[in-house]
Formats: sequence, structure tokens, C-alpha cells
Amino acid sequence: MRVAIIGNGVTGVAAALSIRRHQPNWEIVMISGESSFHYSRPALMYIFMGHMSYKDTKPYEDSFWRKNRIDLVRGWVNEIDAAGKKLIMHEKDPVSFDKLLIATGSRSNKFGWPGQDLDGVQGFYSLMDLRLLYENVKGARSAVIVGGGLIGIELAEMLHSRNIHVTFLVREKSYWTNVLPIEESQMINRVILEQGIDLRLTTELKEIAGNDSGRVRGVVTSKDEFIECEIVGLTAGVSPNIVLAEASGIKTGRGILVDWGFRTDTPDVFAAGDCAEIVTEGEGRNLIQQVWYTGKNQGKVAGEVMAGRQSVYDPGIWYNSAKFFDLEYQTYGMVRNVPVEGESNFYWEHPDRSRSIRIVTRDGAVCGIKVMGLRYSHRICESWVAERRSLDYVLDHLGDANFDPEFYEKCEAEIIKEIRKQAA
Amino acid sequence: MEQNIIDYDFDEEALGFEEPEKAPAEPLGIGEKLSLAVLGFGILMFALQAMGMPPGGTWAGFLLVLLPVFFGTVFYFYLDFKGTVPGIKHDNIYFRGLTNKGVLGWLVGIVFTGFYIALYWFPEYLAGGIKIVNPLSLALSGSPANNWFFYGFLYTIAVFVFGVRMFMKYRHNRYQKIRTASVMFFQLGFAFLIPNILMLFNQPEFYLSYFWPLKPEYLFPGTLSYFVNHPGGLGMFLIFWGAVMTFIATPLLTYYFGKRWYCSWVCGCGGLAETMGDPFRQLSDKSKKAWRIERWIVHSVLVFIVVTTVLLWVNSATSGAVFGEASMSLKKWYGFYIGAIFSGVIGVGFYPIMGSRVWCRFGCPLAAVLGILQRYLSRFRITTNGDQCMSCGNCSTYCEMGIDVRAYAQKGENIIRASCVGCGVCAAVCPRGVLKLENGGTFKDRFPGADRPLGALIDSLKHA
Repeated sequence: MRVAIIGNGVTGVAAALSIRRHQPNWEIVMISGESSFHYSRPALMYIFMGHMSYKDTKPYEDSFWRKNRIDLVRGWVNEIDAAGKKLIMHEKDPVSFDKLLIATGSRSNKFGWPGQDLDGVQGFYSLMDLRLLYENVKGARSAVIVGGGLIGIELAEMLHSRNIHVTFLVREKSYWTNVLPIEESQMINRVILEQGIDLRLTTELKEIAGNDSGRVRGVVTSKDEFIECEIVGLTAGVSPNIVLAEASGIKTGRGILVDWGFRTDTPDVFAAGDCAEIVTEGEGRNLIQQVWYTGKNQGKVAGEVMAGRQSVYDPGIWYNSAKFFDLEYQTYGMVRNVPVEGESNFYWEHPDRSRSIRIVTRDGAVCGIKVMGLRYSHRICESWVAERRSLDYVLDHLGDANFDPEFYEKCEAEIIKEIRKQAA
Repeated sequence: MEQNIIDYDFDEEALGFEEPEKAPAEPLGIGEKLSLAVLGFGILMFALQAMGMPPGGTWAGFLLVLLPVFFGTVFYFYLDFKGTVPGIKHDNIYFRGLTNKGVLGWLVGIVFTGFYIALYWFPEYLAGGIKIVNPLSLALSGSPANNWFFYGFLYTIAVFVFGVRMFMKYRHNRYQKIRTASVMFFQLGFAFLIPNILMLFNQPEFYLSYFWPLKPEYLFPGTLSYFVNHPGGLGMFLIFWGAVMTFIATPLLTYYFGKRWYCSWVCGCGGLAETMGDPFRQLSDKSKKAWRIERWIVHSVLVFIVVTTVLLWVNSATSGAVFGEASMSLKKWYGFYIGAIFSGVIGVGFYPIMGSRVWCRFGCPLAAVLGILQRYLSRFRITTNGDQCMSCGNCSTYCEMGIDVRAYAQKGENIIRASCVGCGVCAAVCPRGVLKLENGGTFKDRFPGADRPLGALIDSLKHA
């Protein structure tokens, strides 16, 4: 049995390792045009800022793949011949397979802005984007970043570390407020401004202006203001990368359509991670998950299913984390940006405004916890949400969940006092 | 996939991603310039006096060097970090020659190495510097400065000025601040002032913060008989102190806190590594191969010093009847190759090439003992926060002991490694809040099989 995996990102790797665990004798081929070995995509920014070398971003030593008998092929797949069970490669011999996993990840969104294909305009997702950024920073003094999400703020931090003046256009009235409640969002606004980034809220990109040689020279905002710049970062989200699947006749919607075992409509072809769209029967919306952790978990389950086990993907209790310049963020369970009917929000912020916690309850049980500038235990918060613990129970045990380094100022007493006051 | 394909012949490994172009920086502030000028003045004073110019050898001459060098450096670091937002400060580490084995790094390595060679074998080359610190030596210990006093002085100053740098760099992190204050305190008090003041009162020069097997002579029969015969009660106390530290404090404190209680809070070697060595911590080799070499070398050194100590005692008990001169030559060999070349020349000289903990990782027999205790009989562990790891590798990169922390973190496992000195930097640099240093309530729950320490130790020996 020969399994081919397209993509060596976290999903492809998780799948390969899970197949190897359950099928010690199967042949596994992992194909990537981007890099010879798996690297950590979230670490791309650290290469650019000089925190790490490229090789430091590789989670496994190169010998690991040989030891686990996972063959690596460097190259781009032009087409999937699902009927002929082979992959047509660019300038390489075809790769045959018995089972196939598509783990092609995401692509940066481009919304048809005038000038979006000018030189100096780019997204930030891949090693190719990183290399392009190396070209684009040559001679650059200022940049405009469009789109207030996680990649946008990372790109702002990266360019800022090269002394490039960054203007950050955010469509919403506050940073990432389509995900974060206003208090947390404003905390990040302050962090952005403190770094000297020119943050423009409720401002959209209207068009990108170029010069005669086809290079960007500035942008026009929705407020008809012209901002001169040599780099435009387009970071208005990502979409499932379905180009290959679409071209090969595999059924797609926004992503590659799969069931809860990551099977596509085509026999023996699976898809998981950012590129997959899990079809939900009935009322619910289809599920597209595009963060590191879901990619890893989906890949693991897809690998199990491919290896012949009866696994079903369970998204479990949501969790995520990020870092906005120096401000850390962790979230567990369901915390909406705007509270809905039936939910209660309890919020504490440190007097110096550097730390906060939000606990959300629904039907008398804690359903979500969000911390900024604090570290909280994944396992404990997850168990509180899963076990539908009451706010009282959570407050009584809040200190157990603190995951800050030793000697850090413990704020739990203040938090409990404040939240009990709000709950009274 | 049209937009992503920029180049089919893209080789990220060969490309290496070196420094991207940088827009012009704001020029150095007036304060920083002034600090550097003051430092430069101090160095000039040192050079002139070392070549014999007045007022070398006087208090005035000493202060003309010490004050500008100390305050110039301290203020430079202070101002350099003051203008920044508190947080992790690792921008450009891999772009600078000094911190990424460039020309400057090698140059500094050669200078450090040269200094140690002069210190051990050609102290006459340091005569100029020794003369400058002479007034302080006379005041502290009552005797003229020699190369070792000069070395201890420089060492303490280095721990202090770079300690200030650590305070500024980690001013958002109380663990780092307290730990840095601790190594500064033990270096100044226990490794510099007390030994010298003991000499002033005609007592043996004794380092309370070092003990067997890092300071093997403290359990050698010759040293002990010297202490026993020393007039006054202090000699007996020092024997007692050394024995307590080795046989009681070491296992007990390591049980409760891990080896960090010593390696990154008390020890002078650790103190220098954690202060002056901090800019070089990322240079440690993280490969499995390096780990294997480390285990063999460090445990061989431990066996060597244990054998030497035992032989010296047998020799002393039998008045040389059994081994004759053999144990003495072992002792000399150890002193030369391990004490001088390994801990000094390679240990500090190679900071800019192999990272700040070469000696601690590959050579120190006390670290080996503490490590075995920490691995099998300690409550200390680094825990992983659920599944929050995204494998970025900051933890592994900045582990001065070359531990591939990420390999454990991405599997959600505790990090229980003999070599971990508990510096806490992995937890500090983690951008997702994944790592935490902890002293648990028991040693039993740290890894599968931890409840049977002896069994786990024997198992690991089988797989060595």
C-alpha cells in the first residue's frame, strides 16, 4: 500500500506520522514544492527578524524522515489523476498512489483590489512569500498592511524590526474585533500604537497605485487618503487552497468538501487541514478550520482513517493562542466578540491594562475563557468547559489554572474579587 | 497554485535566509554615545596604565579604570533597552557576527581563549592588569594581587555589568530578575569577597559556593589535613561545610528544586554563563548526536574525578603503599586538562562558538551529579501547556544546554532532562505560553516509570 500526501505542513506531517503508527509497513510519500523538509510555518516571522535560523524552524532532524520511512519528494503537483491513481508532477516523473491526502493549506485572500498584482504587493504565508519579502524590503522605507488579523500584525512586527515605517489599515473599528471583544481588542490597539505603528481603524484599501515600472508607490484608502509606500502587505485572511483539487475534478465548495473522516467525493482521496471543508449535515454551517492546532488534529485523524481505523474527527473544545508584539493571548472554549442573548461576560483587567481575563457563562456553566498577558492551563480550562463547571467552581479553583512563570505577580485574588462583584 | 509558485528551483537550505535589508536606523542617542565614550576612556586608562604609565598601581589609577568601564557599560545597556517596550529582545541575533559565529564572534572567541591561556600558563603577560587591581587586593586580602585575584575581579565585574543587561533585557520577567540577582550576589559575596577577606584574616582561601566534585580538592585528603591542622576552628568548619554541601545539600535541594538551585542561581560558572554568556546561548548544538557526546563526556569526567578522589584517599590511608605516585599524577592530570583547559579555556573561551554552557554541559562533574539526581530523584520538571505548542522552535533555539525542548513540547510531554539548568529562558521566549518550570509535589508523576527511580536509571544505562 502506498500513500501519497500533498503538502508537508503540519497537517501532512501529522497524517504521515499517524499512518506510520498504525501501518508500519505502508509506503508513505510526502510531496512539497515549498520546502524539502517540514518547517514550522508560524516560525517564518522569526527567521525574518533574526530570532532563528531557517534550520531552527524544522521541528524534526532531517534523519527523522528516513528513520520513520517517510519518503520526501520535492516538487509541485500539476494534476491529480484520481482514476489512474497517480500525480502528474511538474518536470518530474509521476507519483503513483493507492491512497492520497491533499493537505495543500491556504492561500492569502486578494479581493480584486485595483493594483493588487503590482510589484511590492504580497501576502505572507509561505517560504516563497518570505523570500519575496526579502526582495521587497530592498530600499523600502514604508509599508502599508491591509487587514487586521493575526498575519497582519505579525507582518507589521517583522517590517517594524527592519525600521520600515508601517501603516496598518484595519477595516473594523478596532483591531481583530470580528473575533475579539472590544476590551481585548483595544488592549492590542494600544500595543500596536506603543510600538510606533500607524494604526488606521475603520479604514479600508481602495486601490493600490503603481509607478511606470509596475512597482507600488502608494495606496489610496477608503477615506481617499494617499499613503506613500514601497510595500503593500495583503493580509485580509486566507482561503482554502483548492486550486489543485478543483483542476483535478475533486468536489469543492469554499474548500475541498470532505466528511468527518476527511474523505472527499473521490474514492481513496482525502483532504484535511486548512484546505478542507467539512460538510455538516442538517442545519449547521460547513466547518473550515485554519489554525495550526486544527491542522495538526485534523491531520492526525485523517491519517488514522486512511490507515483503516474507524476514526471520526471531533473538533473538541476550541483553543487557540497568539502573541501581538509582546502581548500573549490564549483562548479556551467559546468567547464571542459580542455577547449574545443568554450569555454572561465577566471581565477583569489589571489596573496597568497589561493583563486581562474574560470568563463567559451560558446556562449557569462556564463556556469560555480568554486571557491576555496571562498564561492559563489548557487542560484545566478545557476540563472546566467540558464538565460545564459553574462560575463559582471556576473562581474557587482559578489559581490552579495559572500557568505564568514562577514569581510572577499573581492576580487571581483580584480577579476573583472583581468577578464575584460583577456576578452578584 | 499559480500565485504561490515563484520559482521551481527554490532551495531554502542553500539560501539560508540571512539578514534582510534594513531601512536606516535612528542614530545612536547622545546618552548611548556618551556611555560608550566613557567606556572607551576607561579602556584607554587601562591600556596606558598596563603599559606602565602613572597612576598605575594606585587607588586613583584603579578607580580611573573601574568607574568608567563599569558605569559606561552599565549605562549603555540601560539606555539601549530603556527605549524599547519590555518583552523578548531577540531581533537580529542571527544577523550579527558576534552572536552568529561571524568574524566578530571568532575574534572575541580568540581573545577570550588567549586570555585564559595567558591566565593559566603565561601570567606575566597579565602583569600590567594585575598591577592595576593591586590596591584592591591589598585592601581585601592583605596580599598583593596575582593573576587569580585579577581573574576573580574581572569575572565579578563581568557578572555585574552583564547582570544589569539581563535585568534590562528581562525587566518584564521576575523569574529572570530574581535569578540574575542571585548569581550576582553569590559571585560577589561567596566567590570574591569572602575568600579574599578570609585571607586577610590568615584563614584558608575558601569558596563557600563551590564544592566537590566541581572543586574536587575540597574532598582531597591533602586539603583536609591542611584544614584540620589550621589554627582556629574555621578549618574544621570549612571541612564540615564542604561535606554538607556535597552529601546533604546537593541531593536535598536538587530533590526539591532541581539542579537549578545551584547551576543557574548560585554557581559562578553558571553566573557568568547566565550574564556575559546570554548573548551566545543560541549557539549550543541541539542535535541528538551532540546530546550523545555530551552524555559520554560529562559522565566520563565524573567517573574520572570519583576514581581520582578514591585513589587519593586509599593512597593517603596506605601512605602511598598501594598506588605510589599514580594518584598524585591523576590529580595533576585532572587539574590541567579538566580544571584549566576544559573549564577555563574551552568553557569560557568558546562562548561565541559553542554557546555559553560548554563546560556545564560537557564537562562539569557536579552538573553530572546534579543531573542524575534531577533526572531520577527530583520534583522539578518543565511542564507543557496542553496542545498549545506550535513547534516554532524558540525554546530549543535559546536553550543554552542544547536541549531540543520543542521535541517534548510538541508531543505535550514534560521536559525531564539531566542537563536542564532551569534558567527559564525556554518558558520566557515561548510565544504561546506553553512551558512552565515547576517543583511538583512529588517526583513520581513526571514521566512514565518515574515512581521507580532506580529502575529508570538502570533502564537508561541499558540504552546508553
